[in-house]
Amino acid sequence: MKSLKLTLAALVASAAFAGVAVARDQVQIAGSSTVLPYAKIVAETFAETYPDFKTPIVESGGSSGGLKEFCKGVGPNTIDVANSSRPIKESEIEACKAAGVTEIQEVKIGYDGIVFATDSGNADLKLVPKDLYLGLAAEVVVDGKLVANPYKKWSEVNKDLPDAEIAAYIPGEKHGTREVFEEKILAAGCKEAGALDVIKAAVSDEKEQHAKCVAVRKDGLAVDIDGDYTETLARIAANKSGIGVFGLSFYENNADKLKVATVNGIVPSTETIASGEYPVSRPLFFYVKKAHLGVIPGLKEYVEFFTSDDMIGPDSPLAEYGLVAAPEAEREEIRKAFADGKIM
Amino acid sequence: MSQVSTSPALGIATKPERRDIGLRRRYAAERRFRLYGMAAIAFGLLFLFLLLFSVVSKGYTAFQQTMITIPIEFSEQIIDKNNERATNPQKLVTANYPVVARNALAKVLGVSEDDRAGLKAVNGMISDSVRVQLRNLVTADPSIIGTTQTVTVLAHGDLDSAFKGQIDLTVPETNRKVSDKQVGWMNQLAESGALSKHFNTGLFTNGASSRPEAAGVGVALIGSLYMMLIVLVLSLPIGVAASIYLEEFAPKNRFTDLIEVNINNLAAVPSIVYGLLGLAVFINFAGFPRSAALVGGLVLTLMTLPTIIIATRAALKAVPPSIRAAALGLGASRMQTVFHHVLPLAMPGILTGTIIGLAHALGETAPLLLIGMVAFVADVPATPMDPATALPVQIYMWANEAERAFVERTSGAIIVLLIFLILMNVGAILLRRRFERRW
Repeated sequence: MKSLKLTLAALVASAAFAGVAVARDQVQIAGSSTVLPYAKIVAETFAETYPDFKTPIVESGGSSGGLKEFCKGVGPNTIDVANSSRPIKESEIEACKAAGVTEIQEVKIGYDGIVFATDSGNADLKLVPKDLYLGLAAEVVVDGKLVANPYKKWSEVNKDLPDAEIAAYIPGEKHGTREVFEEKILAAGCKEAGALDVIKAAVSDEKEQHAKCVAVRKDGLAVDIDGDYTETLARIAANKSGIGVFGLSFYENNADKLKVATVNGIVPSTETIASGEYPVSRPLFFYVKKAHLGVIPGLKEYVEFFTSDDMIGPDSPLAEYGLVAAPEAEREEIRKAFADGKIM
Repeated sequence: MSQVSTSPALGIATKPERRDIGLRRRYAAERRFRLYGMAAIAFGLLFLFLLLFSVVSKGYTAFQQTMITIPIEFSEQIIDKNNERATNPQKLVTANYPVVARNALAKVLGVSEDDRAGLKAVNGMISDSVRVQLRNLVTADPSIIGTTQTVTVLAHGDLDSAFKGQIDLTVPETNRKVSDKQVGWMNQLAESGALSKHFNTGLFTNGASSRPEAAGVGVALIGSLYMMLIVLVLSLPIGVAASIYLEEFAPKNRFTDLIEVNINNLAAVPSIVYGLLGLAVFINFAGFPRSAALVGGLVLTLMTLPTIIIATRAALKAVPPSIRAAALGLGASRMQTVFHHVLPLAMPGILTGTIIGLAHALGETAPLLLIGMVAFVADVPATPMDPATALPVQIYMWANEAERAFVERTSGAIIVLLIFLILMNVGAILLRRRFERRW
């Protein structure tokens, strides 16, 4: 009898909760795990600086996952900001529009460097896109013909590289980092190695040429890491001669365990990335729902706080964590675009 | 058993050749079987020990936190230069408290106020959370402005790691987060007693933070607690009512068989599926807020229900039919039979099943991912409607952090979660003992 009464009470209680669309009093953010640490620092400092506002909620879930949530619609039970380590795609803007999210504001926060690193016990490593392409591509050109990648050791690719088995831990396909890796390393290396010309002769479609250039070998020597950089670090710890792909900030936090490789002879640092000398970098973004500005308390202030020089300037906490600040003029432009309400 | 063990003596004594009943072979088989069993247990224990060892050896340091106790001068020059605080209370909120703390530590270490690089290094030794700490002190009692107070502040996460020996200080200075200068100061402060390790209460009270030294499982603990309460309040009565009806009242036909098959199936459905369902029903349809402990609790309720129903039905089945027959024979109605006689006897089994279901729900992260609870939540949730996170989620989030100081916190949070689970299981055993009846 008692449990029957309890059940009824529970049902009534849950029915009472149902249908209450609750107004939200804090900003909700989701998206890229690369932007996550920066967004966390900003969210925390934001709440400390403005005690009237609650700390924004920052979810992880990847650039694509975040943008998907973002494009679910407008209203307090959808997120306000999507963090992304790549520009929003045309198809995602379409999906957003279909769900009623017609006004999206893009905010660039700065640049992120992608570094190659190996265990700290190894000798200095000098990489160029060509060597990485030859070591990691699915098919390479040998004697003018495309064949399945025959190289097993780095020294076979380039005799200056160490005499170690090829083992690379690269970001998985759902990572925003993967795209940069493909563009700036594999596609560039493909061209340098002269493979592009051979592929061009074989395939006429430009998209397919590109796809062939960036295809990564599937024989187990190049391992896709779908988790975070922590997993890549653990793989390097287990296989000392392995090469891993990290974000600059993650590397800087673990510089005692890792040895960073130069690319084209340039050591990655916030300076070389800001000046454009270091080739593998990408812009980081977040996207704001314009319809939520003025509705969700603190959203406008959060964006303004994020884009201020106190946060993304060259001497800011984000820069200290590893974000590469955009040049002064670009930062000014970012702030102006947001203040003017420029939509995509 | 007893026959087998007595017969050899008799058999061997009388006619050993004629009665070959394979005793040796059978004894050997039994010994082998016992050995297999012991090996299996030893294997399990070995892994349990390895797990506990790796967690505890990495995590025990998380329960202590490096702090610096220094006299801090709440200089009017820095906090409120033009004495505006009476008219403009905002002044005390936005004042530059980190500089107050930095100057105090610089004074102790004898760093001059013109040495910019030195001051920056000093600043890197104190946690940024000092801003809120000092602000709270000042807003609670503005009269301390202009005085000097002895305050214990958190050391920076990197310094904490260095003090605990988690940073390899033999590598070149540029390759680590603490400089030789800072290590020197650290040793100097430690000798004078200003820098020491204290019990880490912040680990239990603070919410998530991007600064490892100020991060804690407070929000996650409260979030998990809310969710467990919701799961208990909803799934126990619903689950027990469903099983009593199915077991004691419902006719046995194809339809109830179908229901039984489905319940057993649901118990095996991957938990992420419940997360998808929760997102569609509770957030998109019912309009509940994202990241709220309420939604998490409802999703986990759905996930736990099949487990509780199966356990309850098994417990009800185990009550001997003679109890029911006796009650009915004495004129009790069917409902009286169930609630006065069957249910009390089945209670230990029901409670065990419920607590195992709850413990399972406590350890889930996958269904929480889609409803937005795998998130950075810094504010303590006042009600289940506020955003919260859960203990296993906090462990997962910390495991992905780049800073060294989060390594020990990840293991520390695992220890907290394990203690929670042990307490729940002890509770289950105690309840079972309390209600156990023999017949």
